[in-house]
Amino acid sequence: MAFAVLSHRRGRRRPAPAALWLPGLAVVIVTLLPFWYLWKRSTERGWSAWDETLSRSATELLANSAKLSLGVAVICVAVALPAAWLTVRTDLPFRRAWSVLLALPLAIPSYVMGMTVVAALGPKGMLQGWLEPLGVDRLPEIYGYWGALLTLGAVSFPYVYLVLRAALRTLDPFEEEASRSLGRGPWSTFAAVSVPALIPAIAAGLLLVALYVLSDFGGVATLKYNTFTRAIFIEYSSSFDRTGAAILGVVLAGLAALLLAGELFARSRYQARARAKRLSPARPIALGRWRWPAVAFLAAVVAISLVLPMGVLVYWLVKGIRAGADFPEVWEPLRHSATMAASGGVVTVLLALPIALLAARFGGPLARLLEQAAFATHALPGLVVALALVFFGIGYATELYQTTWMLLVAYVILFLPNALGALRAPLMRQSPHLEEAAAGLGRRPLAAIASITLPLARPGAVAAFALVFLTIMKELPATLLLSPPGYRTLPGVVWSNSSEALYGGAALPALILVGVAAVPLVLLVWRGDLDAVES
Amino acid sequence: MPFLNRSLLLALAVGLVSLFAIACGGDDDDDDTTPTAADGTTTAAATATATTATATATQPATTKLTVYSGRAESLVGPLIADFEKATGVDVDVKYGDTAELAALLIEEGSKSPADVYFAQDAGALGAVQEAGLLATLPEGTMTKVTATYRSKENTWVGVSGRARVIVYNTDELADAKVPNSIKDLTKPEWKGKVGWAPTNGSFQAAVTAIRVLEGDAAAKAWLEAMKANDVKEYKDNRSIVSAVAAGEISLGLVNHYYLYGFLKDQGDGFKARNHFTAANDAGSLVNVAGVGIVKSGKNAANAQKFVDFLLAKEAQEYFSTQTFEYPLVTGIAADSRLKPLAEIDPPNIDLSSLDDLQGTVALLRSTGVLP
Repeated sequence: MAFAVLSHRRGRRRPAPAALWLPGLAVVIVTLLPFWYLWKRSTERGWSAWDETLSRSATELLANSAKLSLGVAVICVAVALPAAWLTVRTDLPFRRAWSVLLALPLAIPSYVMGMTVVAALGPKGMLQGWLEPLGVDRLPEIYGYWGALLTLGAVSFPYVYLVLRAALRTLDPFEEEASRSLGRGPWSTFAAVSVPALIPAIAAGLLLVALYVLSDFGGVATLKYNTFTRAIFIEYSSSFDRTGAAILGVVLAGLAALLLAGELFARSRYQARARAKRLSPARPIALGRWRWPAVAFLAAVVAISLVLPMGVLVYWLVKGIRAGADFPEVWEPLRHSATMAASGGVVTVLLALPIALLAARFGGPLARLLEQAAFATHALPGLVVALALVFFGIGYATELYQTTWMLLVAYVILFLPNALGALRAPLMRQSPHLEEAAAGLGRRPLAAIASITLPLARPGAVAAFALVFLTIMKELPATLLLSPPGYRTLPGVVWSNSSEALYGGAALPALILVGVAAVPLVLLVWRGDLDAVES
Repeated sequence: MPFLNRSLLLALAVGLVSLFAIACGGDDDDDDTTPTAADGTTTAAATATATTATATATQPATTKLTVYSGRAESLVGPLIADFEKATGVDVDVKYGDTAELAALLIEEGSKSPADVYFAQDAGALGAVQEAGLLATLPEGTMTKVTATYRSKENTWVGVSGRARVIVYNTDELADAKVPNSIKDLTKPEWKGKVGWAPTNGSFQAAVTAIRVLEGDAAAKAWLEAMKANDVKEYKDNRSIVSAVAAGEISLGLVNHYYLYGFLKDQGDGFKARNHFTAANDAGSLVNVAGVGIVKSGKNAANAQKFVDFLLAKEAQEYFSTQTFEYPLVTGIAADSRLKPLAEIDPPNIDLSSLDDLQGTVALLRSTGVLP
């Protein structure tokens, strides 16, 4: 959701007040802690350790990660582009309901998607069971590339979908109408006018997805596809020395930094296009006889990304209840997860606010540096951040170590970019002249911010809170590594049950997890707040 | 202020309340595991036993215990709940992979919050003891278990035994047809029909055993031959047993006890059984789940109580009847369906010598078995 649209950086630059940049700087320094640790830890045993670690499998990991990122990116565009266009621009029946349904897979963690994909589509999975009477003895192997592709494609296309929806809404509908009045049909207009205009947004969305794929752990671990995160986790969990994990982490962070630079570049291009003020909504395009094929397409997407995982979870639950299975205790983990998600959401948004204000209102090299540094953690997988904090906690912050405070720090580091993206967009849309006017009328900078800017930041803050809440609910690797002993969380319970192949036991906490994570998402999309934030 | 409208105020309030909950946290989860009504009495009882039971403890009696458990919650959670009920000690457990927790203990050193390390592999216990992190256990505790299944340095003691076996599909094979050595699994007849779980600690310990018994070159050759024979990768023992019964594969390299969990749930019609390999084959390694007390722990008395609890009759019978492992304390019988421990002919190996997991993981990675 880092896809906020920047706009006009007009006006003379004013000096940023210390009340903004001091906290901003402090937050960014804490955020960058993992990079420092990673580097320090990876070089501790000299370069020979690098040789040894990388010579073993770096090329395979690199090739696999690239293949997977590319594949997922293709799936995402193929699904998200038509989905966004249909739900924004056409007279599709039940547009609003589809809008929500297509965003909902965001509430499903990749590890939950992964285990349900295996159960449903594995060689001897549910689908094979149904096909058995037709003589299908076994289905092709699901573990590995294809399974990982399906899993990550299903959970990550909504990111691109939301970005494209937002971009579509800022496109000038008159261009399309002009095209149609000049004789092009709706499809030809879409291909010749809308798609080219969307290319920067598509590029930005794809890079975001590539970053997501690079740092995903739960999905690739469940599908046993060897990417960097899986290799890091194996190195971390099955060896007594963590140098190898740190080295692989540095390489992964470097790769992600490259993608991030690409994303920032693509975004700057697409923002240049999105300057136009919001225009009157375009007249919906009549789908005509394409109406039902369009509905069928969206239904298929929803079936795979939503009905499949939910169906399998419910099936496991019912089967477990019938068999009288022991269900894990869920209320305590739910309380813990919700507590962490709510407090993490508030703290992250509050800490992101100074940086967002600086970037949106003052500009200048320091503000830009702070903003980009805060975005840089997007490049670090949760696993690596958690590793860094374990080391930091043991070495320098014993009091915080193995407490929920440390977990909170990890969440802030990980999700600051999400909050920043959502906060920044509405700020960027407002003209800085408002505050300049206030300053001209004698208000001090902070007072101008308090009376003018903060009220404008409200919708962004609400969306940022909701997004961070939902992402913390799902977060797995940092939660696994940093939860204090005895502190059970929903992702932890789902993971431990599924890693012992106790799917009945995993189903109930997984359903509750998805249910709670879905609430803020449904509210945002239904009310159109997310679109407002994105556009 | 218009900025602080209702939804934002609500979010802020929720967040602040949650923060408050975190600040006072730690205690809130304890009352879920110990009945509140018992609190007053258990504290008194715990203090009483702590002072009498361990004369060695110099620390003041506490009601806390932090356990790092490499054993899964589904296996040992009920046992730990029994311990809490019996002693009134509040146990906080950090569950994880055995090796992961060993690495954590080594990284944490003397700052570890752990009092007890409960591992499912003697090699990991050996590595933690090598790092000098385990306290010496009293002789009375050690001698409850045969010398084979405890540390020579008296730093850890085995509490239950687990044998490596080949699990096979009973529709496709008779017991007599199952190979008697894991070496035979590289033959063409088993191409694509064998499953293993290379990320699993027990599997890795078995590979370490091959290295110790026959050297790195032989272990490497075996791993490569297995790979060339299209061995199927699974994430854990339980998935392998279930895949064997479903006919997805014919044979699997697993620990013996998973089968009995399935037999208990699904009855004798479950289409898989265990096969023990021939004498001195690494395929029949008997490893232990064992426990050691962390030197720097703050609750030494409770840690000792926990170790004694695991070696007492109740817990040993739990391992026998609930997890279908081999109880290691003399005089407690294993489940009658299990091949008696005395009749298994495991390779002659000192379990402490399995502590080079580092070397095994490097080998698994260099052969491409692990990424």
